[in-house]
Amino acid sequence: MSDNKQAHGTEIPQNEQLLEYHSEVWAQHHAHHDAPEEKPNFWSHYIFSTDHKMISKQFLITAIFMAVAGMFLSTMFRLQLGWPEQKFMFLETLLGKWGEGGKLNPNFYLAAVTIHGTILVFMVLTGGLSGTFANLLIPLQIGARDMASGFLNMLSYWFFFASSAVMLSSLFIETGAASGGWTIYPPLSALPQAMPGSGLGMTLWLISMVLFIVSSLLGGINYVCTILNLRTRGMSMTRLPLTIWAFMITAILGILSFPVLFAAALLLVFDRSMGTSFYLSDIFIDGHALDYSGGSPILYQHLFWFLGHPEVYIILLPALGVTSEVIAVQSRKPIFGYKAMVGSMLVIAFLSFIVWGHHMFVTGMNPFLGSVFVFTTLLVAIPSAVKTFNYLATLWKANIVLSPAMLFAIGLVSFFITGGLTGIILGNSALDINIHDTYFVVAHFHIVMGSSAIFGMFAGVYHWFPRMFGRMMNKHMGYLHFWLTFASVYGVFFPMHFLGLAGVPRRYYADTAWEGFHTLANVNSMISIFAFIGAFAQFVFIFNFFYSIFRGRKAVQNPWRSNTLEWNAPVEHLHGNWPGAIPVVHRWAYDYSKPNADEDFIDQTIPYSQTTKSNLPMET
Amino acid sequence: MSSSVSSVSSEEAIVRDKKNMWGGGQSPYGVSWGKLYMWIFLLSDAFTFSGLLIAYGTMRHSHADVWPAANSVFHHFPFIEKEMPLAYVGLMTFILIMSSVTMVLAVEAGHRNSKKEAGIWMILTIIGGFMFLGSQAWEWYHFITGTEHGRVLADGTVFHGANMVMNEYGTTPLFGDFFFFITGFHGFHVFSGVCINIMIFFNVINGVYEKRGHYEQVEKAGLYWHFVDLVWVFVFTFFYLV
Repeated sequence: MSDNKQAHGTEIPQNEQLLEYHSEVWAQHHAHHDAPEEKPNFWSHYIFSTDHKMISKQFLITAIFMAVAGMFLSTMFRLQLGWPEQKFMFLETLLGKWGEGGKLNPNFYLAAVTIHGTILVFMVLTGGLSGTFANLLIPLQIGARDMASGFLNMLSYWFFFASSAVMLSSLFIETGAASGGWTIYPPLSALPQAMPGSGLGMTLWLISMVLFIVSSLLGGINYVCTILNLRTRGMSMTRLPLTIWAFMITAILGILSFPVLFAAALLLVFDRSMGTSFYLSDIFIDGHALDYSGGSPILYQHLFWFLGHPEVYIILLPALGVTSEVIAVQSRKPIFGYKAMVGSMLVIAFLSFIVWGHHMFVTGMNPFLGSVFVFTTLLVAIPSAVKTFNYLATLWKANIVLSPAMLFAIGLVSFFITGGLTGIILGNSALDINIHDTYFVVAHFHIVMGSSAIFGMFAGVYHWFPRMFGRMMNKHMGYLHFWLTFASVYGVFFPMHFLGLAGVPRRYYADTAWEGFHTLANVNSMISIFAFIGAFAQFVFIFNFFYSIFRGRKAVQNPWRSNTLEWNAPVEHLHGNWPGAIPVVHRWAYDYSKPNADEDFIDQTIPYSQTTKSNLPMET
Repeated sequence: MSSSVSSVSSEEAIVRDKKNMWGGGQSPYGVSWGKLYMWIFLLSDAFTFSGLLIAYGTMRHSHADVWPAANSVFHHFPFIEKEMPLAYVGLMTFILIMSSVTMVLAVEAGHRNSKKEAGIWMILTIIGGFMFLGSQAWEWYHFITGTEHGRVLADGTVFHGANMVMNEYGTTPLFGDFFFFITGFHGFHVFSGVCINIMIFFNVINGVYEKRGHYEQVEKAGLYWHFVDLVWVFVFTFFYLV
């Protein structure tokens, strides 16, 4: 920090010039492009909006809708797994031919597992999480009028919407949705005749994913350009809130890894419909040899996991960024180790590109190569531990404000630790081979990435709801939501570790055929009961969310007494964020509880000359 | 929005603060967001092609014994009976690289705000792009129709040329599959580039950039065009030379 300080005393005249410059830019921008927007109608304001705040709300509400769909599917397959012998006649009413005779159809079960995974990984935790908070916070926290390109930003949302719509529509077709698991490994996914879900359902899955990749690229490149180019005066890279760092690193991961999934998906499309043999070789179906020869399904796995592993961090990093911000604000303390936080995110991002092999230890990989992937995988523990300890150190002896957002942020840290520990087991090829494709894996990733990331998203929603909608969410419903969800996450996923260690394979329709698993039937029922409690808790949230949009208590401008620029803008949303000139930044984002300061927070726009009592020696 | 004001005089005083380039209030290195956007897009596209070419490399490596040699497959030249291995694809490559040269000249003319010259170089670039696409169509045509002798299959029939399922040049369909897919994917990029260049050309001659005061749009299209050429150099190397 200290090297920037000296410049500040002398820069005031330049700042004045800058304000002029920005206002001029803004005026021109308005005069040129936005003239027809003077009177926003319903379509230009709510639907085809280019305003980042509106696009952020569009992402959030679409993601909530998709999350409900994904959750519904999970309750369906938990019903089957919890009581595999039982008949539930209401399933017939609810699902028609997929629930005939009160039993879940096995093909529907496989489709439900697949689409649950796809929706949660891509639509909710990638599109929904990054789309909502990167769009809302990047311009507001760096002090910009809007994204670099509002138009491309709008396109990004509409591609996301189309992708979500196609994915949902695949549930309603005759042959059912894609059923090969969210990783869609060939040959199951490559041969339309392999299973019902590999027909039209798989085609729709691929179309949806191509649309999603376009959306992700349009959004991601925009985020990076905006953060690099449109920071306000004084907002140096080391003064950025950690949320912004997280969004930028996430966007870079997406920009570099999604194209490889794109390549993999295109080759799969060709195998499916053009007769090529990229992933296929020597296959018999119904006694007939197919023409395919020479391809390799392992090739697909390499290409897929080259995306797939960075994807884990695309999901997790924004949640960690949100948590950094929420924990610092609600602890009323500067975040511990700001530069270590940034550094560890960069290291995690780099490592995420060289660990994909740990998903493929059982593919017949050369054991030496496996041990290289073990090494790189275990290295991830170092930056992850740095982050965890920094969170704990920030919480240490703090005046903690236990708002719902803070509870969810602390919940994230808890999951990150629990799930991280099992990651050390899974990252070791010798141990992984025993528990590969069991419920141990399901437990691990649902805790460390699924639940962590969704808790980060909840923390963000509770924290920035007043910024998005100008009203507060109900605190008490927030607490209820937190405790029910937190308990049911551990209730669902913790016992799964033991199922996995006992050897129960994932994705199976029922474990009843194997004598040894009979003693575990009660565990499965208990997991299902916790899953239903968790699902119920989400309706508390959804009610709270939509009720508060219209009826919540009106928010003040800075309800959490926070330093960052988004709370510096008026509660009412205006196109351009600040009515006058955009603010100029004079300090980092984490001056909380500074000794001798008048208040326990100092806005980023307050210059050191106004806080002479609390300045540190190097801050002149 | 920054691109629309690059000629505003007050910018001079502010953007030239090199000491504090990353300090906010200016674009580091003075790059407009639009140009940055193009660079980052190209980075991501580079990953798509890298994924495809690495996939090609590994699959070819695992079929090294049955992979056909390129100069025994690509030896046709229009109007010449004699076998001329790789001569035609060399010509294609030369045409594409020349179109990159004309693109550079268009960008350079844009820097001088010379509408007429920029237009001329743009049209030459477009012609180069079409020539490349036409050559590729010819190359594909010969690859698909094949030779007169063809390959005798196990059941005694003769197979000519290539499709997605088999080809006469070797026993693995992957040779044809990757050839069609990667050169086709690249060709689609060239086709998109030609479309972009045509739009840019009309903007140039209609004076859109003259009015705007700068020809940065030409430069952005140029970035894309050079990238597509660069990718071809790799595709050419891996499919024809190695």
